[in-house]
Amino acid sequence: MKAAAVAIASLVALTALALLSPQWLVFMAMLMLAKGVVVLGLLVLMRTGLVSFGQGLYFGIGAYAAALLSHGLHVADAAVMLLAGAAAAALIAALLGLLLAGYRDIFFAMLSLAFSMILYGLLVKSAALGSTDGFNLHARTFFGVALAPGVERRVFLIAGAVFAVVVALLVHRLFRGHWGRLATGVRDNELRVSYLGASPYRAVYVNYLIAGAMAGLGGALAALAVGHVDPETTYWTTSGEFVFIAILGGTQSILAPFVAATIFEALRTVASQYAPNLWQMSLGLAMLAIIMFLPAGLWTLAERRRRSA
Amino acid sequence: MRPSSLRAVLAAFGLLLAMPASLAQQPIKVGIVTFLSGPAAGPFGIPARNAAELTAELLNAGTVPAPYTQKGFGGTPIELVIFDEAGGPQTQVAEYRNLVPRVDIVIGYISSGDCLAIAPVAEEQNKLTILFDCGTPRIFEDASYKYVFRTGPTGTMDNVSVALYLVKRTPNVKSIAGINQNYAWGQDSWADFENAMQTLKPGIEVKTSQMPKLFAGQFSAEITTLLGSGAEVIHSSMWGGDLEGLVVQGAPRGLFEKHKVVLSAGEPAINRLGTRIPDGTILGARGPFGPFAPDTDLARWLKTAYQGRYHIPPNYASFKMTQAILGVKAAYEKAKSSGNEAPDQDKIIAALENLTFEGPGGPVKMALGKGHQATMDAAVGTTKVENGQLKIVDIERYSADKVNPPDGVKSEAWIKSGLKK
Repeated sequence: MKAAAVAIASLVALTALALLSPQWLVFMAMLMLAKGVVVLGLLVLMRTGLVSFGQGLYFGIGAYAAALLSHGLHVADAAVMLLAGAAAAALIAALLGLLLAGYRDIFFAMLSLAFSMILYGLLVKSAALGSTDGFNLHARTFFGVALAPGVERRVFLIAGAVFAVVVALLVHRLFRGHWGRLATGVRDNELRVSYLGASPYRAVYVNYLIAGAMAGLGGALAALAVGHVDPETTYWTTSGEFVFIAILGGTQSILAPFVAATIFEALRTVASQYAPNLWQMSLGLAMLAIIMFLPAGLWTLAERRRRSA
Repeated sequence: MRPSSLRAVLAAFGLLLAMPASLAQQPIKVGIVTFLSGPAAGPFGIPARNAAELTAELLNAGTVPAPYTQKGFGGTPIELVIFDEAGGPQTQVAEYRNLVPRVDIVIGYISSGDCLAIAPVAEEQNKLTILFDCGTPRIFEDASYKYVFRTGPTGTMDNVSVALYLVKRTPNVKSIAGINQNYAWGQDSWADFENAMQTLKPGIEVKTSQMPKLFAGQFSAEITTLLGSGAEVIHSSMWGGDLEGLVVQGAPRGLFEKHKVVLSAGEPAINRLGTRIPDGTILGARGPFGPFAPDTDLARWLKTAYQGRYHIPPNYASFKMTQAILGVKAAYEKAKSSGNEAPDQDKIIAALENLTFEGPGGPVKMALGKGHQATMDAAVGTTKVENGQLKIVDIERYSADKVNPPDGVKSEAWIKSGLKK
């Protein structure tokens, strides 16, 4: 029941944050949640020993699905947008997963990257969607309840928090259960898993699907926060950012992606504030330091304290 | 959650909260956002930042010519807070929200995608935000804003003016072709040019439109297609490394001899390419900037001061940045003249709406987008190497109302429906 306690504590903390903090912090928290959800999806995939350099594909699909609802169909409901983002991404992941689940290692990484860049190319070529300029989106209701301007982002943050906590709890259950253990089995020795009568292909496929849907949810959440979508969401640097955050946090904990996403956003903001000419290099050095001194991510710090306590 | 990790999370949030502690209100703080890294930094971002630093310093010293002789903004010194525009619209929206509590005014944004994403956020945050360079007319054509202004002209007039120039210089032109970068800027520029040519010369033949990938750098295949197309005119809105690549790879193969080449945004390249740009190339500067600037005290001041400090002439990005700062100064001082106290933001906004002010490129009229979007005269010229120096000759000027749509009319529709006043 520790997980439930953590979930409730996080939810309370985020709700308090949504109600009390200044607008810019509400926005940062939303981006942090959005990225955290995507990276948590990446963690699910990493359990099977696979790294995707193309989560931007589903992040972008989620963002565009939400934005197109508002832009093309004039649906301005945030809850519908979030669900549509996750559903659209899951649909594409269900199709592409059929192919990708057959690949491993660098081949999987490169193929996933290739698919995200195909979507990027398509979006850049589509003048109707604003090409590289993208377009704005507006959400004005939540489950049909109209929101006053100014409070909408606070409501979206609470909604995002609920979605993120539910997803995190589900992933927690997944890791504890049959599927989660099978995934680590696939990572460690695929042949043995098949001899035991389980299908590694199916394990990878399901985890890929879950990761895709989560990236879609994250994309829709980010689109709601930013109020604008553009093809950069599917670009490889966006996908790279997710891998960066995953490495920063480490893969041991459900909370790590969210903490790492917060640190990443804060790091980038501080770096671009105090070193506007060197902020990319500051991020790069942070990455190098993590890989050299904490190869299992920042979460090892928390683990060490726990063990010494 | 264990207390220790909970504490870590809270500490992280505390850190975030503590960051943008608003500083003392003494000088007027101006946030400057321009590319400091990436491909757009060299041709636009750095020249714009240099111009911002130079202009702020000389304004504070009170050495800018009339009508800007007063120190700072209405006697109060200005202080710049400079940010990098790299990272895409999502990053920029995050950085903009962090910037807002720390500054009084934001001036920035070169990428149209960033401008489109920032404008609604500026409105939500009630922060006076001046877009200085981005080109897309969509910003004020698809929405209207109170807090957002753009002191540079839109991309519409770039391609309308080169089309007018072309038709005047070569009245019998029968066919055109294009090579533009495949992203919003290239697509929009080509569409504007093609539509303007169709309007001016109905039935003109479009031989081919090449759309290489942005930052491709290598254009051998496209140049071959263009050389074989038989088009009289080749239009390109390329910039930066791609433009240099096109000139360096196209010139030896006779692209510029066999065809009339139009570089609608070619001006920033002349400082780097110089005499390597073949004679007879038609060049635009996205307004009366750089070598196209009218001979005024203000233009001479910017050129001399900039050249003196950075040892290179200011290009159009530099002109537009200085223009944006001077525009805010003009509005600030107009708002202040009615009282002695520092004007609040609403007064500055009211003063800037529909304002006409003098920029280093000539008069700027905030004439479109309900008084929030600038129009300026356009200028187009032809390159010619004289005594080993690149010169711009045969400069034609077009008055602002001839190359911009009337307020409330969308650019695309205006070009297609005959470029009427």
